Amino acid sequence: MSAGVHIIAAPGDIPAPHIEYGQLAPMLIVFGVAVLGVLVEALAGRPWRYRIQVPLAFAGLLAAFVWTIVLAWRHEPFHVAAMGALGVDGPTLFLQGTILVLALVSLLLIAERSAAHFTAQASALPGSEAEQQSMSAGITQTEIFPLMMFAVGGMLMFPASNDLLTMFVALEVLSLPLYLLCGLARRRRLLSQEAAVKYFLLGAFSSAFFLYGAALLYGYAGSVRLSDISAQAGQGAGGETLLLAGIALLSVGLLFKLGAVPFHMWKPDVYQGAPTPITALMASCTLVSAFGALLRVYYVGFETLRWDWRPAMWGVAIITMVVGAVVAITQTDIKRMLAYSSIAHAGFLLTGVVATSRQGLSGTLFYLAAYGFTTIGAFAVVTMVRDAGGEAAHLSRWAGLGRRSPVIAGVFAFFLLAMAGIPLTSGFTGKFAVFSAAVDGGATPLVVVGVLASAIAAFFYVRVIVVMFFSDPEADGPSVVVSPATATAVALGLTVTVVLGVLPQPVLDLAGTAASQMFVR
Amino acid sequence: MSPGHYLVLSALLFTIGGVGVLVRRNAIVVFMCVELMLNATNLAFVSFARMHGNLDGQLIAFFVMVVAAAEVVVGLAIIMTIFRTRRSSSVDDANLLKY
Repeated sequence: MSAGVHIIAAPGDIPAPHIEYGQLAPMLIVFGVAVLGVLVEALAGRPWRYRIQVPLAFAGLLAAFVWTIVLAWRHEPFHVAAMGALGVDGPTLFLQGTILVLALVSLLLIAERSAAHFTAQASALPGSEAEQQSMSAGITQTEIFPLMMFAVGGMLMFPASNDLLTMFVALEVLSLPLYLLCGLARRRRLLSQEAAVKYFLLGAFSSAFFLYGAALLYGYAGSVRLSDISAQAGQGAGGETLLLAGIALLSVGLLFKLGAVPFHMWKPDVYQGAPTPITALMASCTLVSAFGALLRVYYVGFETLRWDWRPAMWGVAIITMVVGAVVAITQTDIKRMLAYSSIAHAGFLLTGVVATSRQGLSGTLFYLAAYGFTTIGAFAVVTMVRDAGGEAAHLSRWAGLGRRSPVIAGVFAFFLLAMAGIPLTSGFTGKFAVFSAAVDGGATPLVVVGVLASAIAAFFYVRVIVVMFFSDPEADGPSVVVSPATATAVALGLTVTVVLGVLPQPVLDLAGTAASQMFVR
Repeated sequence: MSPGHYLVLSALLFTIGGVGVLVRRNAIVVFMCVELMLNATNLAFVSFARMHGNLDGQLIAFFVMVVAAAEVVVGLAIIMTIFRTRRSSSVDDANLLKY
């Protein structure tokens, strides 16, 4: 961002920025694959597109993941990259690795061909002749893959961005493809389109708040670099009103993306209406990415102001946990219930943010990884339970599933118990990690509320289990369709949930190491 | 006029945009109000750049314009699809998902 000063100093002589391509490679690979995907759409024939897009997307995500591991393995001291625009450090690499693995698992669901989650042609009106024709021609919309790769690239950039402008661009790069992906469901298209409109209008509204917050902070500090804002605030230089208003508006934009309570209204609608594989992607990867950005902003930019923002964050965490857990009780749609459960989990994660310590950071990182796998697994099971009209969304349709297919019902029950935080599941380890960090950080009342909210949440998780196992199946109930890709996603989610519950130490150590140097600035 | 006046104008425009998003019913008008908020932000960035005497704010305004243009493309596409389905662009009519 210092290029501007040089332009004033010497017109016509703009120094080339120094870019650390090695450190940015995971993001560059994912964006490169996204651009290649667009080219494939333009140049390859329709029968070839799916066959090219799927391996391309898998290869890109896998290559980016391997590169992330190599970067983390080298143990070089971290410093900011790309002229201070991006910070590739321990927590960022952990988050990026998590996002890439979760995106790979989501890709298994998105690439599932036998279930056909996506509309054949988004432009064809629902119920029209054009839709019938495109469906009977067996067209699949392969634009899904480049859109998803752009979204994942934005998600990788969001927690790494070290200045507010980069963060805003990353926020939009991750959001815009998701708005479109939400509207592409094959069945219940009206719901899907409505979800897309709601997500888009509210998302654009919240990013305008984010940007105005960034403008006020720029007005305060004369720079949008997080470290400069932190340094200015540390000196206590004037313009307190600008600073506090800027923090408040910026927080609106960030809290919207995680679905924390005053800004959660979009989450149930969008999770319910979007195609389920996209819901899985949003519930895992977007949450990880948004928490990464929130952690960086609060731990680097507003580090010296923690006495100002912590009380507000306490309040947000408390109402998020309580509202998420209480409203979920009354839900009758399975995806909507999981959406409210995701809101409650955002509240639990915020207790780790409030701790503002190394322990809180590592606990939040671990919780994000553990919860991401559990939630993808749960949504993968939702895609498997189908009847004539697609997925059996209503909870009453799940009655007696435990008798019809005990394995799938058992796996889903296990995911729900993991979300409730029963010991020997990853959910327990994750909750324990953030709650103990919050107690050490002096936020004991918050943890008491968190434990109470977990107890309320356990009630509605167990209610689903009771419906599945202890009620009589309907005569025309849904059947379970098992296909290899979805089954692999469920198996991966299940394995990670069990392993992180029984043997969490290696991943806890990894999160601890990642958090040991905190964020670069 | 001092840069301070431009900041007041920018805050006013941002508020008008914000209120517009909350009270208007037509999705296109709601979206225009969001664009008004983004433009108010640009004005704030440029005025602050003038006050601080560096060019960062003016550079940021260009980025915001590009992002806003991309947002228009995606947004109008989404609003068009729902308008073609429902023959209405009122956000009150999109009421299948609630509670």
